[in-house]
Amino acid sequence: MGKKEVDNRFRQFGTVSFTGLTRVNDFIDRLKEGKIMGTRCKTCGAHFFPPRADCCLSLDNNIEWFEIKGAGTLETYSTLSYAPTGFEKDLPYTIAVVDFGTVKVFGRLDAGIPREKVAVGMKLRAAVSKPNETQISYRFIEA
Amino acid sequence: MGKVGIIGVGQSKFTRAFNGSIRELAFEAFREAMLDARLGTKDIDASIICSAPEYDKQRSPSGIIAEYFGLNPQPTCYVETLCSSSTSGIRLAYSLVKSGLHDVVLVAGFQKMSEITSAESQERMGRGADIQWESPFGTMMPSYYALHAQAHMAKYGTTLEDLARIRIKSAHYGVLNEKAVLRQPLALEAFTDPESRLANPISSPLRTGDCCANADGSSCVIVASEKKARALSPKPVWILGLGSATASVNMTGRDAFSGLAAAREAGRQAYKMARIKPKDVHVAEVHDCFTIAELMAYENLGFAKPGEGVELIRNKETYAEGSIPVNIDGGLLSKGHPIGATGGSQVRTIVLQLRGEAGNIQVKNATVGLVHNIGGVGIYANVMILGRE
Repeated sequence: MGKKEVDNRFRQFGTVSFTGLTRVNDFIDRLKEGKIMGTRCKTCGAHFFPPRADCCLSLDNNIEWFEIKGAGTLETYSTLSYAPTGFEKDLPYTIAVVDFGTVKVFGRLDAGIPREKVAVGMKLRAAVSKPNETQISYRFIEA
Repeated sequence: MGKVGIIGVGQSKFTRAFNGSIRELAFEAFREAMLDARLGTKDIDASIICSAPEYDKQRSPSGIIAEYFGLNPQPTCYVETLCSSSTSGIRLAYSLVKSGLHDVVLVAGFQKMSEITSAESQERMGRGADIQWESPFGTMMPSYYALHAQAHMAKYGTTLEDLARIRIKSAHYGVLNEKAVLRQPLALEAFTDPESRLANPISSPLRTGDCCANADGSSCVIVASEKKARALSPKPVWILGLGSATASVNMTGRDAFSGLAAAREAGRQAYKMARIKPKDVHVAEVHDCFTIAELMAYENLGFAKPGEGVELIRNKETYAEGSIPVNIDGGLLSKGHPIGATGGSQVRTIVLQLRGEAGNIQVKNATVGLVHNIGGVGIYANVMILGRE
């Protein structure tokens, strides 16, 4: 008997991924197409980010993808001077929550944004990034 | 149905590295609580063991710890809600007693964090958040609380000096607590001195001095029915109110970052059950894993209006002589924060206060106390109101 193929595309997410298998693995393919996407429940219309395979409102699993487009507002952020195991090479980096209206998105600010320009309320948009050869992610860039 | 009381409390010394195994560490607090309550193992009907996983190698620690305590064949189980594990254990003990299933239930919390390095510990704690969607960005506990600090500063004009003042208060009382890890007095200047380690940035705006230290430690709380409590204890302390709530783990699910919604809700429930208002609290222990956490607790518990918590610390209202003494045992910032033991340690401090046995930190005529214990970054919140009659 041949080994069953495991769809562990999510291993490619971020600097270090802690999950391989997920029903929203297509998120990775969308990233490769240059899109950061959330999910919407086709039954009740609820929007989700991060994407989820199941809707907790309708209890349905009838979902579709939608793209996080346009400018969002920086709600809060923090620049790390110390990193957990596995992230030391990325230092310093800034994590952030950006409000896009229908959903909020958690991620990192683009390292190229000058520190003095970073402030709560600034406008940002989400863009795909490549942390290294094997990994894919997204970051927030100036809108 | 009668009341539920606390008849015994114990705590190990909190240290950077305990020289022994987890069962021996847990026993330190167990011994103290059993001697405090003057009980034998046959008096205990059930035990609840609390810690956060992945610091030591023991799977299902409740079995081995109950055995080491001599509590076979009584039932035991393991309760985990990260840093609020032991108050979740006490909540379960309360319901076991209140239901009439058991008369006396022992809750033991422990954590031996020194078995792994600080960076490994940050990685473990980071994985107490959303491992699928947040951890891949390199998150850790200080950075999550830092997001809240940044938002609080942006919204209310809270300053780094305000945060430092909370640490200074903590150090003031850490000096007095012989079970605390950090016992050095601190002055505000230590935060502006470039030579001082306290000012080192960890995750902006939080600095080393804004963060509590990892520690090894254990706590133990013995809960009993009213009948047993009156029969066994000369000074039972009653559980008057219990509140417990949760909030979105992923930061994207939060409406705001200037407070913890779960703490606010748990506080509301506890006040309602105890039929008291925030102003009726004489002494409080709040979850100050970071300076900003204590500031948010002032506001989430109603000791101050949102944005006005800074006035309490600027005016020293949360010192022992103030209108609402908070964390006058040094808090997590000075005692250290052995995850699973922390809530039980907070409860012990309040029980001793209400019994009038708090020694050099005794608040005069304290009859109502509050414990606020948070798991993760406001993922879990337990608020407990304790009182003497």
